[in-house]
Amino acid sequence: MSILHHSGVTNAAMIASIVVAATVGDVLIASAMRQIGDLDEIKTHSGLTGAIKAVVTNTRFFCGVAAMAVSFFSLLFALSHADLSLVAPASASLTVVTNTIAGKLFLKENVDRRRWLAALCVCIGVVLLAR
Amino acid sequence: MTFRRYLVLAFVSVSAPLGDTFLDVGMKRIGPVSLSDVTTLFHAVSTPWIAGGIVLLIGFFASYLTALSWADLTFVLPATSLGNVVVALLARFWRHEQISLSRWAGIFLITAAVGFVTQGPSYTEHEKPAIAQDVEEVCHP
Repeated sequence: MSILHHSGVTNAAMIASIVVAATVGDVLIASAMRQIGDLDEIKTHSGLTGAIKAVVTNTRFFCGVAAMAVSFFSLLFALSHADLSLVAPASASLTVVTNTIAGKLFLKENVDRRRWLAALCVCIGVVLLAR
Repeated sequence: MTFRRYLVLAFVSVSAPLGDTFLDVGMKRIGPVSLSDVTTLFHAVSTPWIAGGIVLLIGFFASYLTALSWADLTFVLPATSLGNVVVALLARFWRHEQISLSRWAGIFLITAAVGFVTQGPSYTEHEKPAIAQDVEEVCHP
């Protein structure tokens, strides 16, 4: 019983680390892109090189990519200990929910009833797809 | 939202699962890679399927960044989730795998979610701080 409980806690911790790192990464990258501005407009004024330069010189963008890398390696670590059928749908669906909450809290996005409903549908949909 | 922007979102949805499927096909052709022969992975990068998959995934990241520069994260998220649907459809019609009723239900729910979100506004406009406005007025009187 205690082994099962420990296993459940370990799985939860591994999934949580994937979800937290992915959410931090998504929020930082989204925030960086908001800070940089519309890439289409930048491309019109400064060309493709100017648009690439605007992205790769942004510190927040690199922090976001680093967090995404942590999420990716956490996923690989989790997959070496737990089943894909548990880790993939659980982390994917929880990331949708945490990203929606983080979008509202940190990015001050207008998350209306429609977007909450969409997050819920995606969450259930991902779980159903993984069955 | 212009037609071009919907095309970018469509590319976000399709490129990642297509890239993953290319990687899957490429790695299945190469076979299992052991830790004692990691150099096989470097060779794998130069094979057409893996190279094509990498190009598609780079395209996904570029289009994802472009979408986030003019749309909210909570608007783009369902589009990336639509990738799960594309993977299931590729598995059914390309890899000839069977899709259960619950998977079709999942496909329906994710597609419905994308439908809900695209009906609403794509971007939350934030008021600029007063100082920034003053600077702009000085620069562009």
